[in-house]
Amino acid sequence: MKARILASALAFTALSTTAFADERVLSIGGSITEIVYALGEEDRLIARDTTSSFPAVVEELPDVGYMRALSPEGVLSVDPTLIIAEAGSGPLETIEVLEGANIPFITIPDGFDRPAVATKIQAVAQALGVPEKGEELAAEIDAQLAALETSVDAPARVMFILSTQGGRIMASGTNTAADGIIALAGGTNAVTGFEGYNPLTDEAVTLAAPDVIVMMAREGDHNTADADLWAHPAISTTPAAQTQSIVRMNGLLLLGFGPRTPEAAQALHSALYDEG
Amino acid sequence: MTAIEAGILPVPPQAGDRSARAMMALVFCAVLLLVMVIASLTVGASGTSLLQALFAWASGEPIGLREKVILFDIRAPRTLLGALVGASLAVSGAVMQGLFRNPLADPGLVGVSAGAGLGAIMAIVLGGLLPPAFAALTGMYTVPIAAFLGGWLSTILLYRVATRKGRTSVAVMLLAGIALGALTGAIAGVMVYIADDNQLRDLTFWGLGSLAGATWTKLMVAGPLIILALVTTPFLARGLDALTLGEATAGHLGIPVQRMKNTAILTVAGATGASVAVSGGIGFVGIVVPHLLRLSIGPSHRYLLPTSALLGAAFLLGADMISRTIVAPSELPIGIVTATIGGPFFLYVLLRNRGILDM
Repeated sequence: MKARILASALAFTALSTTAFADERVLSIGGSITEIVYALGEEDRLIARDTTSSFPAVVEELPDVGYMRALSPEGVLSVDPTLIIAEAGSGPLETIEVLEGANIPFITIPDGFDRPAVATKIQAVAQALGVPEKGEELAAEIDAQLAALETSVDAPARVMFILSTQGGRIMASGTNTAADGIIALAGGTNAVTGFEGYNPLTDEAVTLAAPDVIVMMAREGDHNTADADLWAHPAISTTPAAQTQSIVRMNGLLLLGFGPRTPEAAQALHSALYDEG
Repeated sequence: MTAIEAGILPVPPQAGDRSARAMMALVFCAVLLLVMVIASLTVGASGTSLLQALFAWASGEPIGLREKVILFDIRAPRTLLGALVGASLAVSGAVMQGLFRNPLADPGLVGVSAGAGLGAIMAIVLGGLLPPAFAALTGMYTVPIAAFLGGWLSTILLYRVATRKGRTSVAVMLLAGIALGALTGAIAGVMVYIADDNQLRDLTFWGLGSLAGATWTKLMVAGPLIILALVTTPFLARGLDALTLGEATAGHLGIPVQRMKNTAILTVAGATGASVAVSGGIGFVGIVVPHLLRLSIGPSHRYLLPTSALLGAAFLLGADMISRTIVAPSELPIGIVTATIGGPFFLYVLLRNRGILDM
């Protein structure tokens, strides 16, 4: 299935080099929307998906729903002439109907390392018909990320916790955006036994022995949540609990892998080493 | 909904005028369905100017590609599928309740829904492991096909377990259904555990149900099975009525009980499997619609089955219209809508009719 999406993406990328500036662009995926803004092409945006929440002004645009559950009529009703979507957008039925209506649906490949950010930016710029701007922005972002790649003497062991629902720790293994941003910030993922986000046993949390815990920032009283976290029996044994080291960052900034990734990596790096 | 309540619900049915009330209910549900079908074709995120486009198309004028896609590739299959799925869920519920002589029975009880759900979950999580040739053959329909196979397999398994020397024990089937439900739940749990975070989100959305994926192809696949059930079930009405007196009595009344049970279980399994496969987990319709009608027109299956089909179809079309307009251009999963509207309304009707229930 993935191959089919990519194949159609490539086909449409070829078509879209003839794009016009008055195109009505629908952006699907938080990082794609951020790239459109960073390229200065936001005037062409007519709608977005639920995950597109930055910059704040984008929330004034119509929301066509969650990127993985798009409805064909909802998308058509905003009358787009070009749809640029993050990898994994769909479902396929919707994409097929949109193709039937002659609306290009371009899927941008995903990835969680330095080259992936540049590739993503270039692909979006290509879809918008402004490849030069893309080259420029990609080079700029890549230089910022390269500047961060200073060797750290003793990399911090970092555990990204997605949720602590019911006292069960859901942590990030390898091959995730969390794993990628930890590496870019000069840390090492303390959890390497599996791919993706999975529940950890209390013993595994103890054995992982993270120096720092990273979580997504949520609304509400963070201090209380911190106290709960340190009181968790497994976490209480970790070095992170002893130094009360926790970093909370906006999820889209932290995990988006878009133009703000240098900012996110820098912020995480500072949190890990300057203030640790 | 208020019209049903005003027109056919509040007064406890008297034995004498039941058939007159039932005929009225039948006509009312048919008209309601017609209204819903027309509304469903004309209401949507793209506005109602499409009605003009429809007239233009009917009178032979050319219409734009976008209007054409919305009318004929999105709304028409969606409306048909919504009506068929709604009818299928409600009729299946009514048949199961008659068969098990239990007003709380629904296809979920005998494992059809659980089996179909498991099939879908496995296809979402393990779909990547399929041989490429097979995946290319089934394409985007891998999940529906797996759901349908899951529903059928679990039904046939239960049926085998419950049938001994040619006689099917409804009680054994019910208990085996509970066991199978637990087992499928456990396997589903394993799938959730090994799913990556994107697959998890797919699972969540699938479980909430949606008609958004309606295409002509899906309709061609699911439609015949549902229509078969809708055509077959009215012939079961006399048998289901007799069954309320017990299996032995029904047999003495000349009902071929075993054959009737076979037909009922297999058609319901087919229709439910097909419905779950194309629309995901839409709960609630199968229990609520037959109940409402039983309160209004009494328990005779002769009227209960056709009115259930009509009202189920109208109800699901109504819910779907809300699901795709209330947060337009986005869309609310339809399972959320059926439960939030149906739940409180059903409770209200129960409170008003406590007297005539007495069960």
